Amino acid sequence: MALKTETMVLNMGPQHPSTHGVLRLELELEGELIKKVIPHIGYLHRCFEKHAEAMQYNQVIPYTDRMDYLASMYNNFGYVIAVEKLMGIEVPERVQYIRLIMGELQRIASHLVALGTYGLDIGAFTPFLYLFRDREKILSLFEMTCGARLLYNYMWVGGLSHDIHPDFQRLTKEFINYFKPTIVELDSLLSYNKIFIERTANIGILPVDTAINYGVTGPMLRGSGIKFDLRRNDPYSIYNRFDFDIPVGKGLVGTVGDCWDRYYVRVREMEESLKILEQAIDNIPEGDVQSAIPKRIKPPKGTVYSRVETPRGELGYFIISDGSTNPFRVKVRAPSFVNLEVLGELCKGHLVADVIAILGSVDIVLGEVDR
Amino acid sequence: MKNTEEIFELLKKEFGDAVLQIDKETPTEPIIFVDPLKINVVGEFLRVSEELKFDSLMCLSGVDDANGTKVKDEAGLDTIQGGTLSVYYHLYSTTLNHKINLKVSAQREDPKVESVENIWKCADWHEREAFDMYGIIFLNHPDLRRILMPYDWEAGYPLRKDYKNPEFYQGMKVPY
Amino acid sequence: MGLLDKEFSDGNIVIAKVDDLFNWARLSSIWQLGFGLACCAIEMMATSASHYDFDRFGVIPRNTPRQADAIIISGTVTLKMALRIKRLYEQMPDPKYIISMGSCANCGGPYWEHGYHVLKGVDRVIPVDVYVPGCPPRPEALLEGLLKLQEKIRNESLRKKSA
Repeated sequence: MALKTETMVLNMGPQHPSTHGVLRLELELEGELIKKVIPHIGYLHRCFEKHAEAMQYNQVIPYTDRMDYLASMYNNFGYVIAVEKLMGIEVPERVQYIRLIMGELQRIASHLVALGTYGLDIGAFTPFLYLFRDREKILSLFEMTCGARLLYNYMWVGGLSHDIHPDFQRLTKEFINYFKPTIVELDSLLSYNKIFIERTANIGILPVDTAINYGVTGPMLRGSGIKFDLRRNDPYSIYNRFDFDIPVGKGLVGTVGDCWDRYYVRVREMEESLKILEQAIDNIPEGDVQSAIPKRIKPPKGTVYSRVETPRGELGYFIISDGSTNPFRVKVRAPSFVNLEVLGELCKGHLVADVIAILGSVDIVLGEVDR
Repeated sequence: MKNTEEIFELLKKEFGDAVLQIDKETPTEPIIFVDPLKINVVGEFLRVSEELKFDSLMCLSGVDDANGTKVKDEAGLDTIQGGTLSVYYHLYSTTLNHKINLKVSAQREDPKVESVENIWKCADWHEREAFDMYGIIFLNHPDLRRILMPYDWEAGYPLRKDYKNPEFYQGMKVPY
Repeated sequence: MGLLDKEFSDGNIVIAKVDDLFNWARLSSIWQLGFGLACCAIEMMATSASHYDFDRFGVIPRNTPRQADAIIISGTVTLKMALRIKRLYEQMPDPKYIISMGSCANCGGPYWEHGYHVLKGVDRVIPVDVYVPGCPPRPEALLEGLLKLQEKIRNESLRKKSA
């Protein structure tokens, strides 16, 4: 008599310490092997798009904060760029520089959380504490500038809510000098840790053509070895004035496009952000940060699709204006939403324990997945 | 690298009536209007054509055009009858570095659009979202279910302009 | 009202009321359910990380509801999530406490008007002990909320449960 076997369905989440929020995964298992992963999302669907239709253009900005709450500055950035493009506003140089500096600081802060919690998922508790210590320093810079630690509402259409503090430049330079050695520290603490490599190298390999077909962007796409970064490939703001590299996955300890590569791209990106900060921080021109803010935001009839490179990938805002003071429709192309879709492909054939490693390397923020 | 007008000419030559018109009046990028039941053929051509190579679907958005007539139903609430629901496609070519915008419109009472899920995989969830929020039916989609709202949500499609929120969901009061 | 102020002059015997002993033990080791919902969860994580150090108050995240004493509802509760939260609450053993963190969990926050999928206040499904206002509350505010919860536990009695 043949042995009777059947697959088992295991439910993971919405309350699970490693799902980075309220994601629910339905795992179909054959023993320890994964046959199929079905993500169920929407547990944090906060109706952003409905709110955007009911609010005026500038009132939408605080809601953009709350989508990707680890990179709020960058969500503001993407939204105001889209509205400015629709209205044809030229932003003063000083505003451009401050926005870029805030954006890059935010990228470091966001990657710190991503790497720290990734370590936590794999079982390394110490890097989490180290990285959150460094993140607090960035948050205090933000707090000094606009008074908020997490959700800033800092970038406005045509300008900024506040000018920077007189001490900001000095403290940012201090932070840059402080932070450079800690990346080296992180490398020795986690990146080249034997256990960490065993858990992440050769796991969840994402081939290039799959990545592009699934629309994957950001560190995930670069981890697969493609030099694609919107700051370079479709430059916005003033990124084309700065000199920085785009780190890509090379398969240093495993195969190109595995979890470790995605992790490592994030580490190296922090270095590149520091490079941009160093070039920008001393060159902030003088000026008024609120001079270009329009009295009444009433864009002409039309549509705009504008995209920026957030720490997680391509964030697109598609805005339809009907000529009134409220947007007719705002659709957000959230990078996490698109990146998460490929999870099913990545997990196939791996063990249950690897799902955590793969999910952590995708670096999702549920606020953005569900909006 | 081609601009939208060149791509439009190319598509017009290839598909004739399936490609309807081009709207150049928008302040940013022009939009090409396509027949909703031919969008999968046009999409496939855009992806495989050697001179276009649109390998990446950046965004797919459902839109309620709200261009029908407003009427009051029995309960005295405003509803929209007639008009269209639309889907916008934003395509990008990572190799040739050009973009286009496509738009399809379907009747509000019977919104059927061909799915492009088998051309660009990332359309899967985007289309499910458009279905969830607007009730647009994507033909030949493998798994057209609600994605953000609960699977047992019965109160309709929340992003339609005439959506009314229910009083209760599973015993929980919904309004403030 | 510590326990150690009522001891015999020699010997190592402490005399205390059962109420005080239980309350002291409960309030100084509140294990919270490791459970984040939205933006506030990041501030909750920051609170338990190195800078603010939730551990000082005996709070450590515990990942199963069956061994947790408190839930911090850290973020927006959606309709889809509300029933799961209720189930988590029901799985916890008594005594159990709820801290509602942030405006969304208190009353719907910025989503109160147009949020068709947002539950306007977690107290519509489970009873809340302490409300922490803010969007998001600073870690200090969460610590204050915890101290308020400790105060509440300190005044509890075995015979009659506080309302």
